[in-house]
Amino acid sequence: MSDHHEAERRQELHGYVIGLILAVVLSALPFGGVMLGLLPKTSLLWLIAIAALCQVIVHFRFFLHIDLSRSHRDDLQLILFSLLIVALMVGGTLWVLSNQRHMMG
Amino acid sequence: MAQTVQGKGPSHIGIRLSNAAPASHQEEARSQAEEALFGFWVFLMSDLIIFSMLFVTYATMGHSLAGGPGPHELFDLSSAAWETVALLASSFTCGLATLAMRYDRSVKKTLFWFAITLLLGLAFLSLELHDFMTMAAKGGGPSRSGWLSASWALIGTHGLHVTSGCLWMLIMFAQTARFGLDPLVQTRFMRLALFWHFLDIVWIGIFSIVYLLGVLS
Amino acid sequence: MRHFLLGSLGYDALPFYSLIATFAASIVVLGALAVLVFVTWLKGWRALWSDWLTSVDHKKIGIMYVVVSFVMLARAVVEAVVMRSQQAVAYQNPGFIPPEHFAQLFTTHGTIMIFFMAMPFLIGIYNFVLPLQIGARDVSFPVMNSISLGLTSAGAVLLMISLCIGKFSTGGWTGYPPYTELSFSPGVGVDYWIWALTLSSVGNTMTGINFAVTIYKKRAPGMTLFRMPLFAWTALCISILMIFAMPPLTVATLMLAMDRYLDMHFFTNELGGNMMNYINMFWLFGHPEVYILILPAFGVYSETIATFSNKRLYGYTSLVWATVSIAVLSFTVWLHHFFTMGQDGNVNAVFGIATMLIAIPTGVKVYDWLLTMARGRIRVSVPMLYACAFMMLFVVGGATGVMLANPGFDYQVHNTLFLVAHFHNMLIPGLLFGMLSAYHYWFPKAFGFRLHEGWGRIVFGCWVGGFILAFMPLYIVGALGMPRRSQEFFEAVYRPYLWVALCGAFLVLGALVSMVIQLWTSIKNRKALAVPVGDPWNGRTLEWSIAAPPPEYNFALIPKIDCVDAFHEAKKHRDAWRAPEHYFDIELPSNTPVGFVCCVAGGVFGFALTWHIWWAVILGAAVFFGAIILRSFNRNTTYIVPASEIRENEERWLLTLRETAFIDNDAMFTTANNGLVKEPI
Repeated sequence: MSDHHEAERRQELHGYVIGLILAVVLSALPFGGVMLGLLPKTSLLWLIAIAALCQVIVHFRFFLHIDLSRSHRDDLQLILFSLLIVALMVGGTLWVLSNQRHMMG
Repeated sequence: MAQTVQGKGPSHIGIRLSNAAPASHQEEARSQAEEALFGFWVFLMSDLIIFSMLFVTYATMGHSLAGGPGPHELFDLSSAAWETVALLASSFTCGLATLAMRYDRSVKKTLFWFAITLLLGLAFLSLELHDFMTMAAKGGGPSRSGWLSASWALIGTHGLHVTSGCLWMLIMFAQTARFGLDPLVQTRFMRLALFWHFLDIVWIGIFSIVYLLGVLS
Repeated sequence: MRHFLLGSLGYDALPFYSLIATFAASIVVLGALAVLVFVTWLKGWRALWSDWLTSVDHKKIGIMYVVVSFVMLARAVVEAVVMRSQQAVAYQNPGFIPPEHFAQLFTTHGTIMIFFMAMPFLIGIYNFVLPLQIGARDVSFPVMNSISLGLTSAGAVLLMISLCIGKFSTGGWTGYPPYTELSFSPGVGVDYWIWALTLSSVGNTMTGINFAVTIYKKRAPGMTLFRMPLFAWTALCISILMIFAMPPLTVATLMLAMDRYLDMHFFTNELGGNMMNYINMFWLFGHPEVYILILPAFGVYSETIATFSNKRLYGYTSLVWATVSIAVLSFTVWLHHFFTMGQDGNVNAVFGIATMLIAIPTGVKVYDWLLTMARGRIRVSVPMLYACAFMMLFVVGGATGVMLANPGFDYQVHNTLFLVAHFHNMLIPGLLFGMLSAYHYWFPKAFGFRLHEGWGRIVFGCWVGGFILAFMPLYIVGALGMPRRSQEFFEAVYRPYLWVALCGAFLVLGALVSMVIQLWTSIKNRKALAVPVGDPWNGRTLEWSIAAPPPEYNFALIPKIDCVDAFHEAKKHRDAWRAPEHYFDIELPSNTPVGFVCCVAGGVFGFALTWHIWWAVILGAAVFFGAIILRSFNRNTTYIVPASEIRENEERWLLTLRETAFIDNDAMFTTANNGLVKEPI
């Protein structure tokens, strides 16, 4: 195996390790926060939301190797478009159904 | 009109492939692998919509306890934490397996890491099964209330996905035994790895929204 | 009433409860028997199996999709005529169809027309045309393609079986709970509906993935996205819609199934169920679905108008952007299907305005088509007739759509025949006419001979006349307040309109009969109508540059593209039909029975779930997945077409081409047309 390959391999392994560490931290924070109840409720809500969002990005970046490089542009576009659709569907549903609940409740 | 022997689209890929194929077939195998992986990405995005629908149904049914038990009575956070550990570790070992496959080209190492991944997946599933049984025992079966239907459907669909991932892994072991790590087996392992990482991402949503927010509210 | 072997299936499931049901069931059974006898008489079983059922060739799969859709079209049109007849006599009169049966009729009519006529029709046309248009040898995943066909057909077969065994749902094609919950619809009807829809929507999702990847990865070199024909652009848009819009339907129907089978409470009245979420999810699918149905017709018209006006499509780029923005906007308007469900005025206003916005890109398209025709050398072919009829009628439908997008107006005509008239006004010109013109336009490419032109015009006349007579009166009775789905009514003023509508329905039935006659006459005269060179309409896109019918490998060599309408440019520069210097071996996917096995297994699965025959459920699922897994162990999945065979084939065709005389444009519809048309000066 060439040195070039070896370097590439090491780099990727690094990626997985960094990803694992970040993911562990980002899971431990909200779990710890809720289980120990150290923070007020609203801060905990924010903590859970932000940690989850960050962890999703970490997974995409380090485990699924999606980044801004040109070779991943198609995948990235696909994912971003999907997220747009998810936002429309989920946001719209929450809005419509909560509004109906409000009107009827 | 000019003509050419073979057409090829722009090149890109989610996870890179090794150069194991002989030079003449290499280009073709690579473009086929890219097509397959891109197709699988598209499938995952379609699957993502299924999960979003389940999530949003769950979210809108937060009030539908119908007098039945709620998240406080039913959810065991430490169990959810262990499940998270198992799934996250399995994602990591799955990554190591793909590294072993692509760089070491060693069947033994690859299968070893995938086997660890499988075991972690099974550990996750047994914890989840235990959760479900505890919930049912506490009177929180799926037909008790709208909220419970939504929780069971969301968590259960994820569990079913993990189960099919495990079955897929077993099938891939058989394929490796039969064909070795040839390019087709490699792309299939790559798709399996994508699937597995994707399920871990969905699980982030489940533990945050269902378990943590549930217990919090 | 539960039996281990037969589940809840019993003698009472047979259709002997009413004369009409018995009659309908016997038509299905006799029709199936007739097909069996016919194939046997032709000694065609082997050919049917090896050339069609196990084929993974996109062209054949496309043709089979269209066959499925024609069979289903026939049934649904007959149902429409029966319903129109009932309403025509139903003034203070129960008529000849009891209410429950009438409800089954409108449910099957809607379900079939959307899922088993329209979807297979358009998917079939794309399957045939798309790879040819973008210069590909096949779709990206040919075996998956045949599994998709299998799943859609399994759903269609379930619907046909429901006519003979048990009863179908009475819940309308949308199947709204709580009516479709077990407590109100205890029979098997809703279960039939759920599984037929689920099977077909899984198949459609797979088709969407397949087409999207094909377009992304399999375009001929040089064919950038903005050099694709507009038909291929609409294919890309509807595949994206299918990928993202089918899952909400699958989730909604499966949740309804969980309510019915596992006693869950997603949409029930009690224990916290919320039926409004079903309606919400159904239309999250349903509105994009409308554009899955309409965009293909836009694509077809863009091709046929350009071809038969002998002009480059006017405003290509604006048409592309209009198509894309319609596709994206279609995800933002679903609420207009339930303005009256109880959300406040602001929510309705937002979705109403978003709905009206869609009229803008649609308007852009209509102007582009008109300007394509302007100063073109227009040849009044059958597809051109459809395109003209479409533009006039669709604008009427679009205008009533803008009316309905206003929530205040929508409240007034909610659940009336006005709505029924509106969506038929969108879907018949905006889907069926498009697909029928596609059928006429690409038929010679698929089979090597043209369809009979005169009968084509009769078919056209019957469809358009029938449509106008059948649906324009419904706008009026709808505005007068007649509720949709009425089995009986008590307002004398509706009567004359409903009689006119009945005449329209009979004219449509005439169209259906004329289509059969047209096909029969064309097959009989196929020698005279033959177009072996393959370019009977002076086409512009790549599919016309090869023989008709196309060889299994499509292109001997993949063309290199450097502009829009590359084939037409090549013809203009006398550079088309060049004989290649070298031929190469071509690797193609070989036949596999997986798709057929999945069709049977999927059908057994759906039927067994409907009747609670659990062993067969397990068997069906096991065979379905087992077949796919077994296939993944098969490494012998392609075959090679040797270069020598390709050379022989191509040279024979090129020889025919050189021996064929160019004909004038005006002779296009005569038997002089052998598939080679002179470019007008």
